[in-house]
Amino acid sequence: MIPFTYEKADSPAAAVAAVTATPGAKFIAGGTNLLDLMKFQIETPTHLVDIRDLPLTTINDTGDGGLRIGALVTNTELASHPRVKRDYGVLSRAIVAGATGQIRNKASVGGNLLQRNRCPYFYNTDLPCNKRVPGSGCSALGGISRSLAVIGTSESCIAQNPGDMAVALTVLDAMVETIDAAGRTRTIAIADFFRLPGDTPETEFALQPGELITSVTLPPPLGGTHHYHKVRDRASYAFAIVSVAAVLNKDGTGRVAFGSVAPKPWRIKAAEAVLPAGPAAVVSTAFKEAKPREDNAFKILLAERTLALVIAKGSA
Amino acid sequence: MNTPDWELSRREFVVGAAASSVIVATPFLGPAHAAGGTPPHAAVPMMKVTMEVNGSPRSVTLDPRTSLLDTLREHLRLTGTKKGCDHGHCGACTVLVNGTRINACLSLAVMHEGDKVTTVEGIGTPDALHPMQAAFIKHDGFQCGYCTPGQICSAVAVLKEIEKGVPSHVTEDLAAPMRLSNPELRERMSGNICRCGAYSNIAAAITEVAGA
Ligand SMILES: Cc1cc2nc3c(=O)[nH]c(=O)nc-3n(C[C@H](O)[C@H](O)[C@H](O)COP(=O)(O)OP(=O)(O)OC[C@H]3O[C@@H](n4cnc5c(N)ncnc54)[C@H](O)[C@@H]3O)c2cc1C
Ligand code: SF4
Ligand code: FES
Ligand code: FES
Repeated sequence: MIPFTYEKADSPAAAVAAVTATPGAKFIAGGTNLLDLMKFQIETPTHLVDIRDLPLTTINDTGDGGLRIGALVTNTELASHPRVKRDYGVLSRAIVAGATGQIRNKASVGGNLLQRNRCPYFYNTDLPCNKRVPGSGCSALGGISRSLAVIGTSESCIAQNPGDMAVALTVLDAMVETIDAAGRTRTIAIADFFRLPGDTPETEFALQPGELITSVTLPPPLGGTHHYHKVRDRASYAFAIVSVAAVLNKDGTGRVAFGSVAPKPWRIKAAEAVLPAGPAAVVSTAFKEAKPREDNAFKILLAERTLALVIAKGSA
Repeated sequence: MNTPDWELSRREFVVGAAASSVIVATPFLGPAHAAGGTPPHAAVPMMKVTMEVNGSPRSVTLDPRTSLLDTLREHLRLTGTKKGCDHGHCGACTVLVNGTRINACLSLAVMHEGDKVTTVEGIGTPDALHPMQAAFIKHDGFQCGYCTPGQICSAVAVLKEIEKGVPSHVTEDLAAPMRLSNPELRERMSGNICRCGAYSNIAAAITEVAGA
């Protein structure tokens, strides 16, 4: 790690002011992604603003029957909340499919949304990577890409978004609430929160520098059966190769998003609309524009089979 | 599988191997970092941190970079807690902070001002073993013992998490009261890796303490 100074913020306004005022500053919440990357000197903040004392640690009912989740609620608290378990099962299931008990106890909702990608070349500071060093090139293009994205990629980056929680939040149409340095608040739909790489793969999120996530809101419950199925190289404690988050209704309609196949959770409304026609129809629509590589083309068939399993469970 | 454009050196091969089995894919290829205590750096002020460690107030003055793990081991000389990977993968550094299990390697000591930290030394002592420690001995829940302090801290916390209704990946009914079964226990303990493969005996020890 390179040296840094550290302070604790006591209000959202003070936190954004501190990060904006200090060049090289970053927020730290659980630290489970940031400190890992700082040890590799992939992230090199020179000042840390600890936000864990901010009053963003509760889960509250919203007026319309939904939920507002503070950005500092831990992944464990969110997955264990009685209303989340009852009304938003896909979210509980996605969270507990990720990482380990120890990490989920520390990881926050905001930090989970902002976790960085797991492309092995992003982690190897000896090799070019456009995300890590803009303009240096993409080692994955000529390299091994089994775990990487099959759709939504560009010639500058083919990394997938590896998160689990965000796939469930995408199916649920969650909204991300933020505050910026000028004290302005805004709400970003989860569908617009993650950016596709294009020519600027280093910019992964729709946040401005110094903008703080204050909470995530969920619309009123959808009903239906809730599913999160994660396929990985071993039964537990591994990032997804493909995951499926779905909320299914008795009549065969529903919502579905795919994880670890694209730079963002992949939800295509036109594909969802053909759910009653079965998994092959959904997947051929959702992945129509796919540009898989030799190593990861299998992900499309795997997505179809995983969805078939989820649909079978949903109608059991 | 694509052949990389660049010549494949052993080092790159290791990256490739990690890529093809992306599990907790963080190949150990970043810049070297100190294995022991973080040496102080002239440019940044040291910071004083006070925590309650195993029931006693402890104050240390540290470089802000110092992890909770290095603070415990190198500054407070509580070497029960082990460093395996230093990146959140292995669980050897598991401690309880305010009763909750976390990886001490992925936390900074300065983030724990005022916190209550319990290490394996605080779970029980050789003269007054915690039932989980006694059960690990009875069931031979270890071989080399390196992962054991983390396993024991994790196991103690897992039983509390089940009581509190924290679900796991293998929980079938999210609404029903949580129960300890062998698949539940294995899933919940999956963040504690045992290189010696003592898993079945670890499971037997935890099952006995849980009375399951
Ligand atoms: C071994 C291991 C295995 C893992 N496996 C999985 C897995 O299977 N699935 C999965 O989904 N994830 C997995 N993860 C990733 C894990 O989910 C993230 O590390 C965690 O969610 C990050 O949360 P945090 O609070 O610790 O974030 P931090 O590390 O504190 O922060 C991450 C980033 O977000 C920024 N930030 C944090 N909070 C805010 C805020 N409120 N507003 C603005 N910026 C903010 C920080 O500045 C930083 O850039 C794994 C991690 C590890 C170490
Ligand atoms: S795919 Fe993206 S993250 Fe991976 S090496 Fe290429 S630019 Fe970097
Ligand atoms: S040393 Fe902390 S998890 Fe391995
Ligand atoms: S007993 Fe040797 S690593 Fe677990």
